[in-house]
Amino acid sequence: MSKRLSQVWLVVLCALALSACSKQSPSSAPAAPADTGGSASGDFGPPQGEPVKAVLTSPPNVPPPTGRTHPAKVIVELEVREVQKPIAEGVNYTFWTFGGTTPGSFIRIRQGDTVEFHLKNYPDNKMPHNIDLHGVTGPGGGAASSFTAPGHESQFTFKALNRGLYVYHCATAPVGMHVANGMYGLIFVEPPEGMPPVDHEYYVMQGDFYTVGKYREKGDQPFDMQKAIDENPTYVLFNGMEGSLTGDRALTAKTGETVRLYVGNGGPNLVSSFHVIGEIFDKVWFEGGTRFQENVQTTLIPAGGAVIAQFKLEVPGSYILVDHSIFRAFNKGALAILKADGPERKDIYSGKEVDATYLGDKALSMAAVGEAAAARAAGKLTKEDQIKAGGLLFNGTCSVCHQPNGAGLPNVFPPLAKSDFLMADKERSIDIVLNGRTGKVTVNGAEYNSVMPPMSQHTDDEVANILTFVRNSWGNQGEAVSKDEVAKRRGATQRPPGAAR
Amino acid sequence: MRHLLLIAAVLCGTAAAASEHAAIGGGQFSSVLPQGPGNEPVTVAPFKLDRHPVTNAEFLAFVLKQPRWRRDRVATLFADAGYLAHWRSATDLGGDLRPQQPVTRVSWFAAKAYCESRGERLPTWYEWEYAAAASETVPDARGDPAWRQRILDWYAQPSPPVLPDVGRSPANYYGVSDLHGLIWEWVLDFNALLVSSDSREQGGADRLRFCGEGALSAADREHYAVLMRIAFLSSLEARYTTANLGFRCAQDAR
Repeated sequence: MSKRLSQVWLVVLCALALSACSKQSPSSAPAAPADTGGSASGDFGPPQGEPVKAVLTSPPNVPPPTGRTHPAKVIVELEVREVQKPIAEGVNYTFWTFGGTTPGSFIRIRQGDTVEFHLKNYPDNKMPHNIDLHGVTGPGGGAASSFTAPGHESQFTFKALNRGLYVYHCATAPVGMHVANGMYGLIFVEPPEGMPPVDHEYYVMQGDFYTVGKYREKGDQPFDMQKAIDENPTYVLFNGMEGSLTGDRALTAKTGETVRLYVGNGGPNLVSSFHVIGEIFDKVWFEGGTRFQENVQTTLIPAGGAVIAQFKLEVPGSYILVDHSIFRAFNKGALAILKADGPERKDIYSGKEVDATYLGDKALSMAAVGEAAAARAAGKLTKEDQIKAGGLLFNGTCSVCHQPNGAGLPNVFPPLAKSDFLMADKERSIDIVLNGRTGKVTVNGAEYNSVMPPMSQHTDDEVANILTFVRNSWGNQGEAVSKDEVAKRRGATQRPPGAAR
Repeated sequence: MRHLLLIAAVLCGTAAAASEHAAIGGGQFSSVLPQGPGNEPVTVAPFKLDRHPVTNAEFLAFVLKQPRWRRDRVATLFADAGYLAHWRSATDLGGDLRPQQPVTRVSWFAAKAYCESRGERLPTWYEWEYAAAASETVPDARGDPAWRQRILDWYAQPSPPVLPDVGRSPANYYGVSDLHGLIWEWVLDFNALLVSSDSREQGGADRLRFCGEGALSAADREHYAVLMRIAFLSSLEARYTTANLGFRCAQDAR
């Protein structure tokens, strides 16, 4: 014992010496020892005290820190359940799970702990299963020792010699199928000194899924071996279900708080380009290892690998977790949301300040638009200024459907030229520009049935000018539309979902 | 007179039992688990196989006749704690079970004893695999994606709360039903299937011992549906029972 202690001291002294030497760059933070010694330095002796039962949590929750300063005997009891659950709305899939969820229960222990691992295969299950923990030192990572028939239990014991965040998974033939059905999770072997405290810790794990039916095809969907072999997933998901971390289930935090994500990638096939839209990782313990990189936009997580990513939230809003292989995010489901509540921080991020038309080298010819805006601001705006500016804007947007001559297209887009419908109601015409219009409308005796999208991206000035132009062109004769009239209607009517304000 | 009646009863019983068998002419076929290096065809001698798995009623009659196989009397060496645990009592199925459901939660020892009580035996893996390769129309349907998908569909369904009765699925080419899609089944040589408990060990000194392992790789992906049955069997010990594991009997053709 005393010999081991003196060895530890030696290591610490060496480490101090090394870090002292490397402390030449003035900017470096307190440096971690250059070499923590790996498994050779991970044995802190026999377990002390009473055995501890490990706290297991379902995603997205992470167990509390062990809070221990000595090696303990930790008992982990993990139950395999084969369950049918939604993989997307209206789509059912049979998941094989560690602990009833995909990913499986999060296990948290401390480096040097001795883990007595019990794998229980629920009696109603059909399949045999086992577990390979990447945090185990020994052949198969526990797989050969934990092969378990339904209704039975296996036990094996290992000492966690290496610190870090590790994937565990089932390794029963066909291995790929067991993994593709959701049999993976994370085990975190804390460094002996623990992790620095943060406000929130969350558990997120990516996986790719292969169903016979297409993406979002409803009903019970069986596993498709051929798609798995072709590495052509139907779904790429965080936490085993499309929408598992969106809407009411989104991760939450407050501005000013620091969030730490324990992110794994179960695969079976894809490598993840993990990214949070709108945030920069302050720290990434890349590959789940001992060191962190700082100021990272996107971090790579191999299949069967993990990462610890941490960032402080400054600006309120929704932050979107994605696999930045981006079609996976928007077409296969790899999307989660972290909602940050708190007061606006306009000094850091303003939100949209200017929303103006940009026409590149057409800018010169749009001069009239700017002149009209300036004239109105100065209180010198004339109807002619408005018609000039409105005409330019009309040609940029409206003429695509209503045609440059305002005649529309027979049976498709109604005419504006000499339009009884347009000229009958000024307020209505403002509403239609702001909110769009869908469905039947009779113009000059002809019926039209189509869709006009809302044009609310135009400012009140612009809408007023466009309508003034339209109401005074191609034989139309009407009074001007003012900015105030538009502003009044914009305030009084609700924008359709998705439309600009 | 009593003797005559008894003989008649025995004869009738035998006749009934005989009609429960399907005769399967043997032959050579390529197993997913070849006997040795290379992929030599396996020879299966002609045999008879039960048309359907042994039922609750049949097994109940057996334990009544041989009380040492009752769940309250069986030696723990021969059956684990789950043995027939779903029956209401050692001698009564109870209202929730049906006589024509396949018996499950039976150990290999008990299954073997049952077949021997009928003067029969459990089928070998090769016999079972040979019979199970058939669809309704052809003796070897293993190249047919529809056949394979039906097996996989069963894997993709969690266990039903109530097992269906035997003989509900269409009989195959040989007149045998329920080889797929109902339960797992014991085979005589289940513990000689030589699959490592860590299926990823494929090389090394035990290469020969694990010759089946080569077949577990994706190269033979056509057969992985059947190999999952081998993976299941290799997770068992002879005293184990599970909720989905039953058996049927076989005998040599005479």
